[in-house]
Amino acid sequence: MSLQTPLKKVRGLGSAKDGTEHFWRQRLTAVANIPLALFLVWTVLSSIGANHEEMKALLGSPVTALGFLLLIVSGAIHMRLGMQMIVEDYISNEGLKFVLLMLNTFFAILIAVVCVYAIMKLSLGA
Amino acid sequence: MATPANRTGQRARPLSPHIQVYSPLINMIMSIVHRMTGAALYVGTVLLAWWLLAAAMGPEAYETMSSVLGSWPGTLVLIGYCWALLHHMFGGIRHFIWDMGKGFELQTADMLAWGTAVASFGATVLVCLFAFAGGA
Repeated sequence: MSLQTPLKKVRGLGSAKDGTEHFWRQRLTAVANIPLALFLVWTVLSSIGANHEEMKALLGSPVTALGFLLLIVSGAIHMRLGMQMIVEDYISNEGLKFVLLMLNTFFAILIAVVCVYAIMKLSLGA
Repeated sequence: MATPANRTGQRARPLSPHIQVYSPLINMIMSIVHRMTGAALYVGTVLLAWWLLAAAMGPEAYETMSSVLGSWPGTLVLIGYCWALLHHMFGGIRHFIWDMGKGFELQTADMLAWGTAVASFGATVLVCLFAFAGGA
């Protein structure tokens, strides 16, 4: 038995079951992604024509590495939320939706982990 | 199986009007493109991961990556990715304006939609000019 009143249980939760959390996180990461996306474009432009040594130095430098780590975390959260919305909008079959939402999370985490690993390797040596 | 339509003897009617019954408006096209560029950016993160991983793995992996992304088809994909990123960014700024409760007047909304298109193509052209001039 719960001591919460029925109102307390549903407050902030609509039909989506998680209140405005999805909306808010989408917006929060979107704000962060504006400077981070511009940083990505700038870094790619800076890397044109670089050989491997120069690229390693560029991507491994503290400012670039930290920028990428921020971009990867914010971007992965944002893209997972966005793809979740697309799946929920277009896939009506419950089973398929469940599988796709799971794969969506796996994909976002896989991309994030691969990118973080690469940045760590570039900036911390080895 | 009896459907509601033949039970009542009426012909099946569409349940709700969808995209195909509307003539295209700039706002709706920008909305669709916003979602499409979002999905494209999602898939394209594989390229970002490959780029970073190749640089981390060593000269050979880096050479392979550079030769693929530096080829003509690769360059086209990168230009497309750049445009998708910028379009999604400008479209996102348009959504922020709406989130703050502003810009819903028809003329303003149309202007924001055209602005998104113009800004994304304009910025992409600038980035390309910069890139082909040798980069930063």
